[in-house]
Amino acid sequence: MSDPIIRFDNVVKRFGDHTVLDRLNFTVNRGEKVTIIGPSGSGKSTVLRILMTLEGIEGGVVHVGGEPLWHEADGVTPASEAHLRKKRGEMGMVFQQFNLFPHMTVLRNITEAPVRVLGLPKAEAKARAEELLELVGLTEHMSKFPHQLSGGQQQRVAIARALAMRPSILLFDEPTSALDPELVGEVLGVIRRLAEEHDLTMLLVTHEMRFAREVSDRVVFFDQGRIREEGAPEEIFTDPTEERTREFLKATLEA
Amino acid sequence: MWPHRRTARQPIFAADPVEVHWTEYLPPLLEGAWVTIRLTVFSTLLGAILAFAAGVGRLSRNGALRAVSVAYIELFRGTSLLVQLFWLYFALPLAGQAVGLDLRIPPVIAGILALSLNIGAYGAEVVRGAIQSVHTGQHEAALALNFTPRQTLARVTIPQAIPEMMPSFGNLAVQNLKDTALVSLISLGDMTFRAEQIRNFTQDSVTVYSMLLAMYFGMALVLTAMMRGIEHSVGRWRPVRS
Ligand SMILES: Nc1ncnc2c1ncn2[C@@H]1O[C@H](COP(=O)(O)OP(=O)(O)O)[C@@H](O)[C@H]1O
Ligand SMILES: [Mg+2]
Repeated sequence: MSDPIIRFDNVVKRFGDHTVLDRLNFTVNRGEKVTIIGPSGSGKSTVLRILMTLEGIEGGVVHVGGEPLWHEADGVTPASEAHLRKKRGEMGMVFQQFNLFPHMTVLRNITEAPVRVLGLPKAEAKARAEELLELVGLTEHMSKFPHQLSGGQQQRVAIARALAMRPSILLFDEPTSALDPELVGEVLGVIRRLAEEHDLTMLLVTHEMRFAREVSDRVVFFDQGRIREEGAPEEIFTDPTEERTREFLKATLEA
Repeated sequence: MWPHRRTARQPIFAADPVEVHWTEYLPPLLEGAWVTIRLTVFSTLLGAILAFAAGVGRLSRNGALRAVSVAYIELFRGTSLLVQLFWLYFALPLAGQAVGLDLRIPPVIAGILALSLNIGAYGAEVVRGAIQSVHTGQHEAALALNFTPRQTLARVTIPQAIPEMMPSFGNLAVQNLKDTALVSLISLGDMTFRAEQIRNFTQDSVTVYSMLLAMYFGMALVLTAMMRGIEHSVGRWRPVRS
Protein backbone atom coordinates (compact mmCIF):
# COMPACT_ATOMS: atom_id res chain seq x y z
CA MET A 1 0.00 0.00 0.00
CA SER A 2 1.48 3.26 -1.06
CA ASP A 3 -0.79 6.25 -1.01
CA PRO A 4 1.32 9.09 0.27
CA ILE A 5 -0.73 11.85 1.89
CA ILE A 6 2.44 13.69 2.90
CA ARG A 7 5.53 13.76 0.75
CA PHE A 8 8.74 15.77 1.17
CA ASP A 9 10.84 15.84 -2.01
CA ASN A 10 14.36 17.16 -1.53
CA VAL A 11 13.13 19.77 0.93
CA VAL A 12 15.66 22.34 2.06
CA LYS A 13 15.01 24.51 5.09
CA ARG A 14 17.45 27.12 6.35
CA PHE A 15 17.46 29.57 9.20
CA GLY A 16 20.00 32.16 8.09
CA ASP A 17 23.01 30.14 7.01
CA HIS A 18 22.08 27.24 9.27
CA THR A 19 20.66 24.46 7.11
CA VAL A 20 18.11 22.60 9.22
CA LEU A 21 16.73 20.27 6.56
CA ASP A 22 19.11 19.30 3.81
CA ARG A 23 17.23 17.77 0.87
CA LEU A 24 14.85 15.80 3.03
CA ASN A 25 12.86 12.99 1.45
CA PHE A 26 10.07 11.63 3.56
CA THR A 27 6.59 10.21 3.03
CA VAL A 28 3.61 9.33 5.17
CA ASN A 29 0.82 7.18 3.77
CA ARG A 30 -2.85 7.84 4.25
CA GLY A 31 -4.00 6.56 7.63
CA GLU A 32 -0.49 5.75 8.73
CA LYS A 33 0.68 6.53 12.27
CA VAL A 34 4.27 7.70 12.09
CA THR A 35 6.46 8.69 15.00
CA ILE A 36 9.49 10.91 14.63
CA ILE A 37 12.20 10.47 17.22
CA GLY A 38 15.63 12.01 17.43
CA PRO A 39 17.85 14.35 19.40
CA SER A 40 16.84 17.90 20.20
CA GLY A 41 17.58 20.33 17.36
CA SER A 42 17.52 17.66 14.67
CA GLY A 43 14.64 19.32 12.79
CA LYS A 44 11.64 17.28 14.02
CA SER A 45 9.48 20.28 14.89
CA THR A 46 10.54 22.01 11.70
CA VAL A 47 9.02 19.19 9.64
CA LEU A 48 5.66 19.61 11.38
CA ARG A 49 5.84 23.40 11.25
CA ILE A 50 6.51 23.36 7.51
CA LEU A 51 3.46 21.14 7.03
CA MET A 52 1.27 23.44 9.11
CA THR A 53 2.62 26.38 7.03
CA LEU A 54 4.18 27.98 10.09
CA GLU A 55 7.53 27.93 8.28
CA GLY A 56 8.35 28.28 4.60
CA ILE A 57 10.93 26.26 2.69
CA GLU A 58 13.98 27.20 0.69
CA GLY A 59 13.99 24.33 -1.77
CA GLY A 60 12.21 21.19 -2.90
CA VAL A 61 8.50 20.44 -2.83
CA VAL A 62 6.17 19.36 -0.04
CA HIS A 63 3.04 17.52 -1.11
CA VAL A 64 -0.04 17.28 1.07
CA GLY A 65 -3.00 15.27 -0.11
CA GLY A 66 -1.44 14.88 -3.53
CA GLU A 67 -0.92 18.61 -4.16
CA PRO A 68 2.14 20.77 -3.61
CA LEU A 69 1.74 22.65 -0.34
CA TRP A 70 3.96 25.68 -0.69
CA HIS A 71 3.58 25.94 -4.43
CA GLU A 72 0.95 25.93 -7.11
CA ALA A 73 0.29 22.76 -9.07
CA ASP A 74 3.46 23.25 -11.12
CA GLY A 75 5.54 22.81 -7.97
CA VAL A 76 7.46 26.02 -8.70
CA THR A 77 5.18 29.05 -8.42
CA PRO A 78 4.64 30.10 -4.81
CA ALA A 79 1.20 29.18 -3.50
CA SER A 80 -1.58 31.70 -2.96
CA GLU A 81 -3.01 32.35 0.49
CA ALA A 82 -6.26 30.68 -0.63
CA HIS A 83 -4.36 27.53 -1.52
CA LEU A 84 -2.52 27.51 1.81
CA ARG A 85 -5.82 27.95 3.63
CA LYS A 86 -7.31 24.98 1.82
CA LYS A 87 -4.29 22.82 2.62
CA ARG A 88 -4.21 23.96 6.25
CA GLY A 89 -7.82 22.85 6.52
CA GLU A 90 -6.72 19.27 5.89
CA MET A 91 -4.42 19.32 8.91
CA GLY A 92 -4.63 19.87 12.62
CA MET A 93 -1.81 20.49 15.06
CA VAL A 94 -1.26 19.83 18.73
CA PHE A 95 1.52 21.90 20.29
CA GLN A 96 3.94 21.14 23.06
CA GLN A 97 2.69 24.16 25.04
CA PHE A 98 -1.01 23.42 24.25
CA ASN A 99 -1.57 27.02 23.06
CA LEU A 100 -5.19 27.04 24.13
CA PHE A 101 -6.89 30.42 23.94
CA PRO A 102 -6.74 31.49 27.60
CA HIS A 103 -9.61 33.97 27.32
CA MET A 104 -12.10 31.43 26.03
CA THR A 105 -13.83 28.68 27.93
CA VAL A 106 -13.00 25.09 27.06
CA LEU A 107 -16.18 24.90 24.98
CA ARG A 108 -15.42 28.13 23.08
CA ASN A 109 -11.86 26.97 22.44
CA ILE A 110 -13.34 24.03 20.58
CA THR A 111 -16.28 25.73 18.84
CA GLU A 112 -14.64 29.02 17.82
CA ALA A 113 -12.84 27.82 14.69
CA PRO A 114 -15.64 25.55 13.44
CA VAL A 115 -18.05 28.49 13.76
CA ARG A 116 -15.81 31.27 12.44
CA VAL A 117 -13.75 29.36 9.90
CA LEU A 118 -16.00 26.55 8.71
CA GLY A 119 -19.21 28.53 9.20
CA LEU A 120 -20.84 25.76 11.22
CA PRO A 121 -24.07 26.74 13.01
CA LYS A 122 -23.40 27.31 16.71
CA ALA A 123 -25.62 24.45 17.85
CA GLU A 124 -23.90 22.03 15.55
CA ALA A 125 -20.44 23.19 16.64
CA LYS A 126 -21.49 22.77 20.25
CA ALA A 127 -22.78 19.26 19.63
CA ARG A 128 -19.52 18.40 17.90
CA ALA A 129 -17.53 19.86 20.81
CA GLU A 130 -19.53 17.93 23.37
CA GLU A 131 -18.90 14.71 21.50
CA LEU A 132 -15.16 15.43 21.43
CA LEU A 133 -15.07 16.44 25.09
CA GLU A 134 -16.58 13.09 25.88
CA LEU A 135 -13.91 11.41 23.80
CA VAL A 136 -11.16 13.15 25.77
CA GLY A 137 -13.04 12.72 29.06
CA LEU A 138 -13.57 16.39 29.95
CA THR A 139 -17.31 16.88 29.60
CA GLU A 140 -17.69 18.31 33.09
CA HIS A 141 -15.00 20.95 32.50
CA MET A 142 -16.46 22.59 29.44
CA SER A 143 -17.33 25.93 31.08
CA LYS A 144 -13.95 26.35 32.71
CA PHE A 145 -11.12 28.53 31.50
CA PRO A 146 -7.86 26.83 30.52
CA HIS A 147 -5.96 28.09 33.57
CA GLN A 148 -8.38 26.20 35.77
CA LEU A 149 -7.29 22.90 34.24
CA SER A 150 -4.18 20.78 34.71
CA GLY A 151 -1.65 20.59 31.90
CA GLY A 152 -2.87 17.14 30.94
CA GLN A 153 -6.45 18.35 30.75
CA GLN A 154 -5.41 21.38 28.71
CA GLN A 155 -3.62 19.19 26.22
CA ARG A 156 -6.68 16.97 25.90
CA VAL A 157 -8.75 20.08 25.16
CA ALA A 158 -6.16 21.06 22.55
CA ILE A 159 -6.56 17.66 20.91
CA ALA A 160 -10.34 18.08 20.88
CA ARG A 161 -9.94 21.58 19.42
CA ALA A 162 -7.82 20.25 16.57
CA LEU A 163 -10.22 17.36 15.91
CA ALA A 164 -13.22 19.70 15.78
CA MET A 165 -11.95 20.94 12.41
CA ARG A 166 -12.18 17.37 11.07
CA PRO A 167 -8.64 17.21 9.71
CA SER A 168 -7.43 14.15 7.86
CA ILE A 169 -3.89 14.66 9.17
CA LEU A 170 -3.07 15.33 12.80
CA LEU A 171 0.36 16.61 13.79
CA PHE A 172 1.63 16.29 17.35
CA ASP A 173 4.76 18.15 18.41
CA GLU A 174 5.96 16.60 21.65
CA PRO A 175 2.46 16.69 23.15
CA THR A 176 3.57 15.44 26.55
CA SER A 177 6.96 17.13 26.96
CA ALA A 178 5.57 20.09 28.92
CA LEU A 179 3.61 17.88 31.32
CA ASP A 180 4.37 16.70 34.82
CA PRO A 181 5.18 12.99 34.64
CA GLU A 182 1.99 11.90 36.36
CA LEU A 183 -0.12 13.66 33.67
CA VAL A 184 1.61 12.14 30.64
CA GLY A 185 -0.43 8.93 30.75
CA GLU A 186 -3.85 10.56 30.32
CA VAL A 187 -2.75 12.42 27.19
CA LEU A 188 -1.04 9.40 25.67
CA GLY A 189 -4.21 7.44 26.46
CA VAL A 190 -6.26 9.82 24.31
CA ILE A 191 -3.74 9.75 21.47
CA ARG A 192 -3.61 5.99 21.61
CA ARG A 193 -7.38 5.80 21.33
CA LEU A 194 -7.31 8.09 18.32
CA ALA A 195 -4.63 5.98 16.72
CA GLU A 196 -6.55 2.78 17.28
CA GLU A 197 -10.07 3.90 16.47
CA HIS A 198 -9.66 6.47 13.70
CA ASP A 199 -8.33 6.36 10.19
CA LEU A 200 -6.66 9.72 10.77
CA THR A 201 -3.13 10.09 9.47
CA MET A 202 -0.94 10.83 12.47
CA LEU A 203 2.53 12.30 12.58
CA LEU A 204 3.88 12.45 16.08
CA VAL A 205 7.11 13.81 17.49
CA THR A 206 7.76 12.31 20.89
CA HIS A 207 10.35 11.20 23.40
CA GLU A 208 8.00 8.58 24.85
CA MET A 209 9.72 5.55 23.35
CA ARG A 210 7.47 2.88 24.78
CA PHE A 211 4.41 4.73 23.51
CA ALA A 212 6.00 5.21 20.08
CA ARG A 213 6.68 1.55 19.91
CA GLU A 214 3.11 0.62 20.79
CA VAL A 215 1.12 2.98 18.60
CA SER A 216 3.15 3.64 15.49
CA ASP A 217 3.13 1.82 12.19
CA ARG A 218 6.53 3.27 11.46
CA VAL A 219 9.26 5.04 13.42
CA VAL A 220 11.55 7.60 11.84
CA PHE A 221 14.84 8.50 13.46
CA PHE A 222 15.91 12.07 12.70
CA ASP A 223 19.47 13.19 13.12
CA GLN A 224 20.90 16.52 12.00
CA GLY A 225 18.06 17.29 9.64
CA ARG A 226 18.18 13.95 7.90
CA ILE A 227 16.42 10.65 8.30
CA ARG A 228 19.10 8.39 9.67
CA GLU A 229 16.92 5.34 9.89
CA GLU A 230 13.26 4.36 9.58
CA GLY A 231 11.25 1.21 9.88
CA ALA A 232 8.74 -0.78 11.85
CA PRO A 233 8.89 -0.07 15.61
CA GLU A 234 10.23 -3.53 16.43
CA GLU A 235 13.11 -3.08 14.02
CA ILE A 236 14.09 0.37 15.22
CA PHE A 237 13.75 -0.34 18.90
CA THR A 238 15.14 -3.84 19.08
CA ASP A 239 17.56 -4.07 16.20
CA PRO A 240 18.56 -0.72 14.73
CA THR A 241 21.11 -0.92 11.94
CA GLU A 242 22.63 2.51 12.45
CA GLU A 243 25.13 3.18 15.18
CA ARG A 244 23.64 6.70 15.76
CA THR A 245 20.18 5.21 16.36
CA ARG A 246 21.59 2.77 18.84
CA GLU A 247 23.43 5.52 20.70
CA PHE A 248 20.36 7.72 20.78
CA LEU A 249 18.10 4.96 22.05
CA LYS A 250 20.64 3.94 24.65
CA ALA A 251 20.93 7.54 25.87
CA THR A 252 17.16 8.06 26.09
CA LEU A 253 16.57 4.77 27.86
CA GLU A 254 19.18 5.63 30.43
CA ALA A 255 17.74 9.08 31.03
CA MET B 1 -22.38 81.94 34.29
CA TRP B 2 -22.22 81.89 38.00
CA PRO B 3 -21.73 85.56 38.92
CA HIS B 4 -24.84 86.57 37.00
CA ARG B 5 -27.09 84.38 39.06
CA ARG B 6 -26.10 86.13 42.18
CA THR B 7 -26.58 89.69 41.04
CA ALA B 8 -29.70 90.08 43.14
CA ARG B 9 -27.85 89.34 46.38
CA GLN B 10 -24.29 90.40 45.84
CA PRO B 11 -22.66 93.45 44.40
CA ILE B 12 -20.53 91.20 42.31
CA PHE B 13 -19.01 93.67 39.96
CA ALA B 14 -17.48 95.60 42.77
CA ALA B 15 -13.76 96.12 42.47
CA ASP B 16 -13.03 95.11 46.03
CA PRO B 17 -12.96 91.49 47.14
CA VAL B 18 -16.35 90.22 48.12
CA GLU B 19 -17.05 88.22 51.25
CA VAL B 20 -18.64 84.93 50.21
CA HIS B 21 -19.01 81.81 52.36
CA TRP B 22 -17.09 78.87 50.85
CA THR B 23 -20.24 76.80 50.35
CA GLU B 24 -21.28 79.40 47.84
CA TYR B 25 -18.38 78.29 45.66
CA LEU B 26 -19.85 74.85 45.30
CA PRO B 27 -22.60 75.38 42.74
CA PRO B 28 -20.31 76.98 40.13
CA LEU B 29 -17.52 74.53 40.86
CA LEU B 30 -19.90 71.59 40.45
CA GLU B 31 -21.16 73.06 37.22
CA GLY B 32 -17.54 73.17 36.07
CA ALA B 33 -16.98 69.67 37.39
CA TRP B 34 -19.74 68.38 35.13
CA VAL B 35 -17.95 69.92 32.15
CA THR B 36 -14.67 68.38 33.30
CA ILE B 37 -16.30 64.96 33.65
CA ARG B 38 -17.82 65.09 30.21
CA LEU B 39 -14.58 66.28 28.68
CA THR B 40 -12.71 63.45 30.39
CA VAL B 41 -15.19 60.78 29.37
CA PHE B 42 -15.54 61.82 25.75
CA SER B 43 -11.87 62.45 25.15
CA THR B 44 -10.86 59.22 26.88
CA LEU B 45 -13.30 57.21 24.77
CA LEU B 46 -12.31 58.92 21.54
CA GLY B 47 -8.67 58.64 22.60
CA ALA B 48 -9.07 54.90 23.16
CA ILE B 49 -10.48 54.50 19.65
CA LEU B 50 -7.56 56.48 18.21
CA ALA B 51 -5.14 54.45 20.32
CA PHE B 52 -6.49 51.18 18.93
CA ALA B 53 -6.48 52.46 15.36
CA ALA B 54 -2.93 53.80 15.55
CA GLY B 55 -1.61 50.95 17.71
CA VAL B 56 -2.94 48.30 15.34
CA GLY B 57 -1.98 50.45 12.35
CA ARG B 58 1.59 50.60 13.53
CA LEU B 59 1.76 46.81 13.43
CA SER B 60 0.00 46.53 10.09
CA ARG B 61 1.64 44.84 7.13
CA ASN B 62 0.47 47.78 5.03
CA GLY B 63 3.36 50.26 4.81
CA ALA B 64 1.21 53.34 4.22
CA LEU B 65 -0.98 52.58 7.21
CA ARG B 66 2.12 52.03 9.31
CA ALA B 67 3.63 55.34 8.19
CA VAL B 68 0.46 57.31 8.98
CA SER B 69 0.28 55.72 12.42
CA VAL B 70 3.90 56.43 13.22
CA ALA B 71 3.60 60.03 12.02
CA TYR B 72 0.52 60.60 14.18
CA ILE B 73 2.02 58.98 17.27
CA GLU B 74 5.32 60.82 17.03
CA LEU B 75 3.75 64.19 16.21
CA PHE B 76 1.40 64.18 19.16
CA ARG B 77 3.83 62.68 21.64
CA GLY B 78 6.52 65.08 20.55
CA THR B 79 4.59 68.31 21.05
CA SER B 80 2.91 69.79 24.08
CA LEU B 81 -0.79 69.41 24.65
CA LEU B 82 -1.13 73.12 25.29
CA VAL B 83 0.38 73.95 21.92
CA GLN B 84 -1.82 71.37 20.20
CA LEU B 85 -4.86 72.90 21.87
CA PHE B 86 -3.90 76.45 20.87
CA TRP B 87 -3.09 75.31 17.39
CA LEU B 88 -6.49 73.66 16.93
CA TYR B 89 -8.39 76.54 18.46
CA PHE B 90 -6.47 79.60 17.27
CA ALA B 91 -4.25 78.60 14.36
CA LEU B 92 -6.41 76.09 12.49
CA PRO B 93 -9.20 78.61 11.72
CA LEU B 94 -6.65 81.10 10.38
CA ALA B 95 -4.90 78.42 8.37
CA GLY B 96 -8.29 77.41 7.04
CA GLN B 97 -9.14 81.00 6.20
CA ALA B 98 -5.94 81.27 4.19
CA VAL B 99 -7.10 78.45 1.93
CA GLY B 100 -10.72 79.53 1.97
CA LEU B 101 -12.11 76.98 4.43
CA ASP B 102 -14.13 77.62 7.54
CA LEU B 103 -12.25 75.58 10.12
CA ARG B 104 -13.47 77.40 13.19
CA ILE B 105 -14.35 74.91 15.88
CA PRO B 106 -16.16 75.50 19.15
CA PRO B 107 -13.95 75.32 22.27
CA VAL B 108 -15.59 72.07 23.43
CA ILE B 109 -14.70 70.34 20.19
CA ALA B 110 -11.20 71.79 20.14
CA GLY B 111 -10.73 70.65 23.74
CA ILE B 112 -12.01 67.12 23.16
CA LEU B 113 -10.02 66.80 19.94
CA ALA B 114 -6.74 67.97 21.44
CA LEU B 115 -7.15 65.79 24.52
CA SER B 116 -8.11 62.66 22.61
CA LEU B 117 -5.48 63.08 19.92
CA ASN B 118 -2.94 63.40 22.70
CA ILE B 119 -4.09 60.45 24.80
CA GLY B 120 -4.58 58.45 21.60
CA ALA B 121 -0.92 58.87 20.67
CA TYR B 122 0.28 57.68 24.08
CA GLY B 123 -2.37 54.98 24.16
CA ALA B 124 -1.27 53.70 20.74
CA GLU B 125 2.07 52.71 22.19
CA VAL B 126 0.29 50.91 25.02
CA VAL B 127 -1.93 49.07 22.53
CA ARG B 128 1.05 48.13 20.41
CA GLY B 129 3.02 46.85 23.40
CA ALA B 130 0.07 44.82 24.67
CA ILE B 131 -0.56 43.26 21.27
CA GLN B 132 3.09 42.35 20.96
CA SER B 133 3.08 40.79 24.40
CA VAL B 134 0.60 38.12 23.26
CA HIS B 135 2.53 34.87 22.95
CA THR B 136 3.47 33.76 19.41
CA GLY B 137 2.02 30.35 20.25
CA GLN B 138 -1.39 32.02 20.14
CA HIS B 139 -0.83 33.18 16.57
CA GLU B 140 0.41 29.75 15.59
CA ALA B 141 -2.61 28.06 17.12
CA ALA B 142 -4.90 30.51 15.33
CA LEU B 143 -3.14 29.91 12.02
CA ALA B 144 -3.30 26.15 12.50
CA LEU B 145 -7.07 26.52 12.94
CA ASN B 146 -7.18 28.55 9.74
CA PHE B 147 -8.29 31.85 11.24
CA THR B 148 -7.71 34.77 8.87
CA PRO B 149 -5.25 37.43 10.08
CA ARG B 150 -8.20 39.70 10.81
CA GLN B 151 -10.02 37.02 12.82
CA THR B 152 -6.83 36.31 14.72
CA LEU B 153 -6.49 39.97 15.63
CA ALA B 154 -10.12 40.40 16.64
CA ARG B 155 -10.77 37.06 18.35
CA VAL B 156 -7.41 36.02 19.73
CA THR B 157 -4.90 38.85 20.00
CA ILE B 158 -6.91 41.91 21.02
CA PRO B 159 -9.05 40.15 23.65
CA GLN B 160 -5.83 38.98 25.30
CA ALA B 161 -4.11 42.33 24.88
CA ILE B 162 -6.91 44.40 26.47
CA PRO B 163 -6.41 43.28 30.08
CA GLU B 164 -2.70 43.77 29.52
CA MET B 165 -3.19 47.41 28.53
CA MET B 166 -5.73 48.30 31.20
CA PRO B 167 -3.33 49.43 33.97
CA SER B 168 -1.61 51.83 31.56
CA PHE B 169 -4.94 52.99 30.18
CA GLY B 170 -6.04 53.71 33.74
CA ASN B 171 -3.01 55.94 34.21
CA LEU B 172 -3.64 57.65 30.90
CA ALA B 173 -7.27 58.30 31.80
CA VAL B 174 -6.22 59.97 35.05
CA GLN B 175 -3.57 61.93 33.19
CA ASN B 176 -6.28 62.98 30.78
CA LEU B 177 -8.55 64.11 33.62
CA LYS B 178 -5.78 66.34 34.92
CA ASP B 179 -5.00 67.64 31.44
CA THR B 180 -8.57 68.82 30.95
CA ALA B 181 -7.62 71.80 33.15
CA LEU B 182 -5.80 73.22 30.14
CA VAL B 183 -9.02 73.77 28.23
CA SER B 184 -9.86 76.59 30.64
CA LEU B 185 -7.29 78.53 28.63
CA ILE B 186 -9.55 78.51 25.60
CA SER B 187 -12.39 79.76 27.85
CA LEU B 188 -14.19 76.44 28.25
CA GLY B 189 -16.15 76.54 31.48
CA ASP B 190 -14.54 73.56 33.16
CA MET B 191 -13.77 73.21 36.85
CA THR B 192 -10.51 75.13 36.64
CA PHE B 193 -12.13 77.90 34.64
CA ARG B 194 -14.84 78.28 37.30
CA ALA B 195 -12.31 78.29 40.09
CA GLU B 196 -10.38 80.98 38.30
CA GLN B 197 -13.54 83.05 37.97
CA ILE B 198 -14.34 82.72 41.64
CA ARG B 199 -10.82 83.60 42.61
CA ASN B 200 -10.78 86.71 40.46
CA PHE B 201 -13.95 87.71 42.10
CA THR B 202 -13.25 86.90 45.75
CA GLN B 203 -9.44 86.86 45.89
CA ASP B 204 -9.90 83.84 48.15
CA SER B 205 -7.14 81.79 46.51
CA VAL B 206 -6.47 79.41 49.38
CA THR B 207 -10.01 78.18 49.74
CA VAL B 208 -10.81 78.07 46.05
CA TYR B 209 -7.68 76.28 44.98
CA SER B 210 -7.85 73.87 47.89
CA MET B 211 -11.37 72.95 46.89
CA LEU B 212 -10.25 72.58 43.30
CA LEU B 213 -7.41 70.30 44.33
CA ALA B 214 -9.72 68.17 46.44
CA MET B 215 -12.26 67.88 43.66
CA TYR B 216 -9.69 66.77 41.07
CA PHE B 217 -8.30 64.31 43.56
CA GLY B 218 -11.75 62.93 44.30
CA MET B 219 -12.48 62.55 40.61
CA ALA B 220 -9.17 60.80 40.05
CA LEU B 221 -9.99 58.34 42.84
CA VAL B 222 -13.35 57.55 41.30
CA LEU B 223 -11.83 57.24 37.83
CA THR B 224 -9.09 54.93 39.10
CA ALA B 225 -11.67 52.75 40.81
CA MET B 226 -13.71 52.60 37.61
CA MET B 227 -10.70 51.63 35.53
CA ARG B 228 -9.86 48.91 38.06
CA GLY B 229 -13.40 47.64 37.71
CA ILE B 230 -13.09 47.51 33.93
CA GLU B 231 -9.67 45.88 34.22
CA HIS B 232 -11.12 43.24 36.48
CA SER B 233 -14.07 42.53 34.21
CA VAL B 234 -12.07 42.28 30.98
CA GLY B 235 -9.56 40.00 32.69
CA ARG B 236 -12.01 37.57 34.27
CA TRP B 237 -10.47 34.67 32.39
CA ARG B 238 -7.04 35.30 33.85
CA PRO B 239 -5.64 33.35 36.76
CA VAL B 240 -6.08 35.28 40.00
CA ARG B 241 -2.80 36.92 40.90
CA SER B 242 -1.90 37.99 44.37
N1 LIG C 1 12.85 30.36 14.12
C1 LIG C 1 14.11 29.84 14.11
N2 LIG C 1 15.16 30.64 13.89
C2 LIG C 1 16.42 30.14 13.87
N3 LIG C 1 16.71 28.86 14.08
C3 LIG C 1 15.70 28.00 14.32
C4 LIG C 1 14.35 28.45 14.35
N4 LIG C 1 13.55 27.39 14.60
C5 LIG C 1 14.37 26.33 14.72
N5 LIG C 1 15.66 26.68 14.55
C6 LIG C 1 16.82 25.78 14.57
O1 LIG C 1 16.54 24.70 13.70
C7 LIG C 1 17.03 23.50 14.25
C8 LIG C 1 15.96 22.47 14.28
O2 LIG C 1 14.95 22.91 15.17
P1 LIG C 1 13.70 22.02 15.54
O3 LIG C 1 13.04 21.58 14.30
O4 LIG C 1 12.90 22.79 16.51
O5 LIG C 1 14.38 20.76 16.25
P2 LIG C 1 13.72 19.63 17.14
O6 LIG C 1 12.25 19.80 17.13
O7 LIG C 1 14.16 18.36 16.51
O8 LIG C 1 14.29 19.79 18.51
C9 LIG C 1 17.63 23.84 15.60
O9 LIG C 1 19.01 23.95 15.45
C10 LIG C 1 17.03 25.17 15.93
O10 LIG C 1 17.90 25.92 16.70
MG1 LIG D 1 10.97 20.31 18.76
